[in-house]
Amino acid sequence: MKIRQVSVFIENKSGRLSDVVEFLGENGINIRALSLADTSDFGILRLIVNEPEKAYKLLREKDFTVGATDVVAVAVPDVPGGLASVLGLLKKNDISVEYMYAYVEHSAGYAVMIFRFEDTDKTLELLQKEGVKLLSGDVIYSE
Amino acid sequence: MFWQKEFETMRLEDMRRLQLERLKNTVENAYESVPCYKRKFEELKVSPSDIKTLDDIKKLPFTTKADLRDGYPYGMFAVPLNKVVRIHSSSGTTGKPTVVGYTRNDMELWKNMVARILTMGGLTGDDIIQISFTYGLFTGGFGLHYGAEHVGAAVIPVSSGNTARQLLIMKDYGTTALVATPSYALHIAELMEEQGLTKNDISLKYGFFGSEPWGEAVRADIEGKLGLKATDNYGLSEVMGPGISGECLEQNGMHLNEDVYYPEIIDPDTLEVLPEGEEGELVLTTLGRETMPMIRYRTRDITRLYREKCPCGRTLIKMEKPKGRTDDMFIVNGVNIYPSQVEEALGKFENITPHYMIYLKKKGALDVMELHIETNDSIFFDEMKKQKVFLDNLTDKLASVLQTKPKVLLVMPKSIERFTGKAKRVVDERLM
Repeated sequence: MKIRQVSVFIENKSGRLSDVVEFLGENGINIRALSLADTSDFGILRLIVNEPEKAYKLLREKDFTVGATDVVAVAVPDVPGGLASVLGLLKKNDISVEYMYAYVEHSAGYAVMIFRFEDTDKTLELLQKEGVKLLSGDVIYSE
Repeated sequence: MFWQKEFETMRLEDMRRLQLERLKNTVENAYESVPCYKRKFEELKVSPSDIKTLDDIKKLPFTTKADLRDGYPYGMFAVPLNKVVRIHSSSGTTGKPTVVGYTRNDMELWKNMVARILTMGGLTGDDIIQISFTYGLFTGGFGLHYGAEHVGAAVIPVSSGNTARQLLIMKDYGTTALVATPSYALHIAELMEEQGLTKNDISLKYGFFGSEPWGEAVRADIEGKLGLKATDNYGLSEVMGPGISGECLEQNGMHLNEDVYYPEIIDPDTLEVLPEGEEGELVLTTLGRETMPMIRYRTRDITRLYREKCPCGRTLIKMEKPKGRTDDMFIVNGVNIYPSQVEEALGKFENITPHYMIYLKKKGALDVMELHIETNDSIFFDEMKKQKVFLDNLTDKLASVLQTKPKVLLVMPKSIERFTGKAKRVVDERLM
């Protein structure tokens, strides 16, 4: 149930972000979700794309600094307090979230959140045991 | 006003005679007491008895910073350690530091040299002088301190940093003279503006600025904002410290204490001595130093020596502000840095490529050293927290080596120029 996320180093210069997305677009890579963490000096762009391995390879060849990480797509009930219930569960089990961001599309009755955990495997096991709805790569990449 | 008028206004022929007499002593002393010199002399087949005229100095070997390093720590000392009363040293950020020592007589000499510079820049026993140079192994702080005390001024050894306190002291204690790097003086001026103070709220009359390059625009700025007369002075610890040359109140070239430091200008490539008035590398020979006689020490500073009648009455040879270096050293907020130090420090980090660039910029009055290094997959993290920890760690380690905190910026791989010839890794964007 792990999702492959591609991260890209973005230098703090105008046009750098558009360079990346334009390059991916030209190569038929579709961005499904993204988050940009930035400081005044640089940014870290995290991407969920339709073909993560291909995107990773293409970006590397183009001399971007890239990383690949496993993240988890959690379907959060699309009701008030939905996210709180998931975070509460994590807190109760002493699991820290490194970062999270929203996935663009909704699935029926759910909002999808991308989570990066410190220990992905352990957390996955817990979430599955607790019956939290997770989305697989197949769904996320192609939906 | 003079401190040692006899020497400062000496007629040229008397100066020549004095220099020759002292040169002979220095050479004799170096040859007899410092093995490094004995070896160097023998390699060139010269002996102290070959020095018959001042011109014969051309026969003598040069001394470089490398000689001082090779002799670490006391190899260049011509006196036993029990005669030494003070030791200063460079920070030794790459390899071994260079160590310099002073006997009691050297301390007297040093005090007098600095006292001359301070007196020619306006200082008297009535002044209250604030020393905002760093105290410690760096010769600047203690050198100016002892010289000012020798003149009889009231010395406030405030050292560098804590600008708010500096300003408070300046205002409340009625400081009349300031010793600082020019950039730090401007930094103090900035804080004054922020606090709504003007030059009328302080009592400064004279400012002695050195240990980094500065030009006339900066001088005008400092003088305008602090309401003082700003003079430049020059020195280097290998030869003694501050007190080698300085401007008088005419602010037109630095008088070089040539009775104590014999100057030559050489072509740094051919090592030939150039005629007076030509630009080249300054070479200094100490004429009175006991602990470490320096024969033809290559300062790496590019300047020009000339004689002209100065309205102040001094006859000492004049030296222009150094225009640059014959090596790649640069100065950040008064701290000397070589690109090789940066390179060596970066080399200690795994996964950092040897491609880097240094950009020197101004942030307000102070210098900022921006260090660009290329990212790669092993030093890039998807988590901001880890990325920051990596950068902070790198910055701290570099700061401890370089004695100044760089601003480390990550840039794209392969975005830094690959040099095929001599690498030019320092871009100085500061306005002089």
